[in-house]
Amino acid sequence: MRTSELAGALGLEVLQGEFGDREISGGYTSDLLSDVMANAKDGAVLVTIQAHKNTVAVASLVGLAAVLVCNGREAPQDMLEAARAEGIAVLRSASTQFEVSGRLYAALAAQAPAGA
Amino acid sequence: MPSVPISPESGPQVVLELIYRLKVRDAMSSPVIWASPGASMRAVQYLMRDNRITGVPVAVEDRLVGIVSMGDVIEALDAGRMDEPVESRMTRAVISLEDDMPLAFATTYINRYKFGRFPVLDREARLVGIVTSSDVVRSLLVAMNREVERLEEKLAAAAAAEAAPPPADGRVRLSFQVTRFDFENAGKASAEIKKALKGLGLDPALIRRAAVASYELELNQVIHSEGGSIACVAGAGSVEIRAEDRGPGIPDVEAAMREGFSTANEWIRSLGFGAGMGLPNARRVSDDFSIDSGPGRGTTVRCRINY
Repeated sequence: MRTSELAGALGLEVLQGEFGDREISGGYTSDLLSDVMANAKDGAVLVTIQAHKNTVAVASLVGLAAVLVCNGREAPQDMLEAARAEGIAVLRSASTQFEVSGRLYAALAAQAPAGA
Repeated sequence: MPSVPISPESGPQVVLELIYRLKVRDAMSSPVIWASPGASMRAVQYLMRDNRITGVPVAVEDRLVGIVSMGDVIEALDAGRMDEPVESRMTRAVISLEDDMPLAFATTYINRYKFGRFPVLDREARLVGIVTSSDVVRSLLVAMNREVERLEEKLAAAAAAEAAPPPADGRVRLSFQVTRFDFENAGKASAEIKKALKGLGLDPALIRRAAVASYELELNQVIHSEGGSIACVAGAGSVEIRAEDRGPGIPDVEAAMREGFSTANEWIRSLGFGAGMGLPNARRVSDDFSIDSGPGRGTTVRCRINY
């Protein structure tokens, strides 16, 4: 699945839609930025409730394709501007991290039956 | 009553940090002018006139029992009841603040309840002060002035660093100033370091390790230090990141190196920091790691990654 297909596949709201479209390598769910820094993989989608500029800084350093904000959290303008500058998609869901992670996992697994 | 146009949920990080770092006691007037329940409304009117205030808490010893506003005095005047005791005309259900609450509570209360003033109680529920919206605005302006000054100093230092000529020995040397609680710019040094390492054509996995180390050290300075610098020297087989700050120092370095150990406050944690993974992460990605710190002096951390 590509970044551009995430919103449609998971029913997400696109908050920041200017990004370099790429193949999604996987997902990582965490609200601890050091944990994301240490464990998230290049090209992955971050599922989180941390909607602020520092999330984008970490996403950019790790090379994440998209930040997926859960629980319908408000994403401040400076976060979206930073994400635009870095070419990282910011998407939002009203659901919890648990539900969104489940949907993302299923969608990625369906595409790569050999194991995602 | 004028509201305070600052939201405790959104806005620049610097301002959010201010309204959570400052306490109600930093903004309140103390000692507070108060009246006893038996005082006449006329006595309260004189208190207001002589002290140029528009509200007076009513207390027995140091226990708050009510509050009288200028409006109550005007009504009593109109009804010819100025000789009645305050306790017959005061508001008994008083909304008060605690001196230890963040100033964010005061801005929220002012905007929500629209009262002109809030009595302040201490932990033992003693009346210790009173806070008005102009007290809050004044203390915020003073604090914001200080922050702007600090940002200006930082900009000047960055401009000076940029003007310095680059050395020509094939190595990349970078240095960045880091300011306490500057979450607005947190991660910028690491982003620049990452960009420079990419420019050297280094392996992505190596760049990732260097980015983890510099980001953790940079954020440690933002969260815990009084400010410092992050320097990176890359080339000839290694990337070295050196983080040096001005204090306050780590009392127990061994504990700080343990995963999960953190001294960050709730506000820092709510941003997703302070999980106690910073230093352990930095050490994990390094081939060579050293830390030098102690109470009352600065902390210096060096991470070397070989290639």
